[in-house]
Amino acid sequence: MKPRPIVALLLAAFVGIAAALTPMEGTLTPEQDARYRVLIHELRCLVCQNQTIADSNADLASDLRKQVHDRIAAGESDDDIRRYVTDRYGDFVLYKPPLTARTAALWIAPFLLALLGIGLVLRLLRRNRSAPAAATPVDAQRLRQLLDEKDP
Amino acid sequence: MIAELGHFALWLALAVGLAQAVVPTVGYARGNVRWMALAGSAAQAQFALVLVAYLCLSEAFRQNDFSLVYVAANSHSALPLVYRLSAVWGAHEGSLLLWMLMLAGWSFAVSIFNRRLPSEISSLVLATLGAVSVGFLLFMLLTSNPFERHFPIPLEGRDLNPLLQDPGLIIHPPMLYMGYVGFSVAFAFAIAALVTGRLDAAWARWARPWTTTAWLFLTMGITLGSWWAYNELGWGGWWFWDPVENASFMPWLVGTALIHSLAVTEKRGLLQSWTLLLSIIAFSLSLLGTFLVRSGVLVSVHAFATDPARGVFILAFLGAVVGGGLTLYAIRAPRLVRQGQMQLASREGLLLFNNVFLIAAAAAVLLGTLYPLAIDALGLGKISVGPPYFNAVFLPLMAPLAVLVGFAGTASWKRADFKVAFRPLRVLAVVALVAGIALPYLTQGRGSIAASAGAVLAVWVLATSVQEVWRRVRAKPTWIAGVRSVPRGAWGMTLAHFGLGVWTLGVAFASTFSVEKDVRLGPGQSADIGRYEFRFDGVTHVEGPNFKSDTGRVVVSFRGREIARLDPEKRLYPSQGSVMTEAAVDHNPLRDLYVAMGEPIDRGNVAGDWALRLYYKPMMRLVWFGGVLMFFGGILAASDRRYRLARRAESDIPVGAAAA
Repeated sequence: MKPRPIVALLLAAFVGIAAALTPMEGTLTPEQDARYRVLIHELRCLVCQNQTIADSNADLASDLRKQVHDRIAAGESDDDIRRYVTDRYGDFVLYKPPLTARTAALWIAPFLLALLGIGLVLRLLRRNRSAPAAATPVDAQRLRQLLDEKDP
Repeated sequence: MIAELGHFALWLALAVGLAQAVVPTVGYARGNVRWMALAGSAAQAQFALVLVAYLCLSEAFRQNDFSLVYVAANSHSALPLVYRLSAVWGAHEGSLLLWMLMLAGWSFAVSIFNRRLPSEISSLVLATLGAVSVGFLLFMLLTSNPFERHFPIPLEGRDLNPLLQDPGLIIHPPMLYMGYVGFSVAFAFAIAALVTGRLDAAWARWARPWTTTAWLFLTMGITLGSWWAYNELGWGGWWFWDPVENASFMPWLVGTALIHSLAVTEKRGLLQSWTLLLSIIAFSLSLLGTFLVRSGVLVSVHAFATDPARGVFILAFLGAVVGGGLTLYAIRAPRLVRQGQMQLASREGLLLFNNVFLIAAAAAVLLGTLYPLAIDALGLGKISVGPPYFNAVFLPLMAPLAVLVGFAGTASWKRADFKVAFRPLRVLAVVALVAGIALPYLTQGRGSIAASAGAVLAVWVLATSVQEVWRRVRAKPTWIAGVRSVPRGAWGMTLAHFGLGVWTLGVAFASTFSVEKDVRLGPGQSADIGRYEFRFDGVTHVEGPNFKSDTGRVVVSFRGREIARLDPEKRLYPSQGSVMTEAAVDHNPLRDLYVAMGEPIDRGNVAGDWALRLYYKPMMRLVWFGGVLMFFGGILAASDRRYRLARRAESDIPVGAAAA
């Protein structure tokens, strides 16, 4: 079967939406390429539902990928590039929100909760240990259990 | 006519659900056994009615009855039959109907299997399920009716979202919903325990197999969803921490905590109050998840506002279930708690820490999912919370859990002598350290701290889960006697923990050693990843039943020998005008080779150069294989002999038999 230009047809309908996952010519060193990969997986494609610029085919995403690529090639640091995109698009573009006053709870709460939980559990276990042992607490438990099972 | 029948069946189901919720409750309050016994028959009648409605909607899809708004929006006459039938749950209204069918199915199962239960427990469990069904049916009938007609009747449907036209979609949502809805049974058991005050080891033994069953379906549902996203979305990812994924993951984490605390409640008669609370939270998160997935609350806040009736109903329903459950808990639980002795040096002591980390992880996921919404609502601007955040927070909370698994599985209940119990683990710890550090070098030829750390944990979990069963088997004179002596529940636990180890290994390697390349290739040209050579042989045009495809051909060679021919596709679905990427994958247990089509470089010239995305992903399969092992572990655990023995022993008692 002869190839048909269905993509052309599609582009007629979707100019500006479908764009290429344009491959960059290999101007990056392996270290730079690794940084590039990490960065494009951290930045949000602003016109998409919920995708990184690495995963999106949108024009904006491919523009941003090219920006990141060129800036790394030009010797900018990761922080320089993050600053550049947040200056233009705000913190919304970062999938890893920086630790600021308004994100403090986001970053700290999970660990605080875990520490709190550990503290509570340790206290519970210590209280149990210091409490005088009932005569035969386990047997009483077992007995009750057996009684319960027979109880219709 | 068929649609009206289905619609009518739903209204009848609502009436039956009301009776199922109210009559047994009043019967319980008045001590009227016959009123209580109505619960079983009502649950069975409701299941039949919802099944009728479900079949009616399926038939409407089969006939391409575009006079139904829902069918017209989600089907097309050229859509293959299997996708027309799975399109029933392809959007909001129909997936609510599927949810409802599952709920009625679980209630039906409870009414069949629970005749051995004391009648007040079984009737209150069914009454609670009936009340939940009333909420869902009202939501469906008042705001999301799948049987609504419209005029004029369109000649053609708008087609099912092409993303959803994949075998993964046929089984993924039903599995997921079985899990979500299954936690309603755990919830109902908790409510029944709170109302009756019966909260002992026997109660835990009734609730446990139901909870495990819900958990294993949810595990499989999430695993299938991840696999589907990997194949269908075309960017080689298997987990994005998207709100929709998080919605299913939160109940899974809490459900996992719940099955562990239920074990403590059954074996030791402790932690009852905590177990009840987890049951209520797990179901609340399932409800939240169901609504998040289909109503688009999170992905786009505006979808919520476009139909205020839906939003308000959802909030009211969630409020009733969560608020009602927690209020009942606050009033009743303190009176039910029994003081028991618990030691740090025991299996239950370690399981408490398991619960701490699982709950903290679930809270982190919930926080990360809702935080951007809260910030926005407070007028503090817009932020994004995505994979880098979740990985940074989630992994440190999971690592201690993997360490704990090895110890908790080895320690005995009640009182363990850690020095004696953990002696055999010293060897395993050394094995894990050596093997974990060596594995990246052996399989990938280079080291990585992250991969080694993950591999050490993975080998530790694998080795410790096997050694416990190994010790028990070896204690018997013969192999067969040994294998038989280990109860099925213990096999299930071993298999599920082994699955966790397999999963950990897969995640550690796939996330650190994956290689991703965007390349530009013309026909005949090739690109390398390591020693794999990908040669692009151009595209051919293929006509599908309801799509057109540019199918590429990529031949992969390893050290000059051809090992795979991959056919990634770029599909155009004209009815919705959307383009889909169908990735092509060659896999074995050690690595995936993944090719996705980009676009022609010279737009419109499909015979020229193309942009292609190539991936090498080591041990990718282990991520899903681990999930599958957990699923089978759950099956073994839920079918343990002692649950059936208990049933036989108690079936002489004629409780709830009137329901038959």
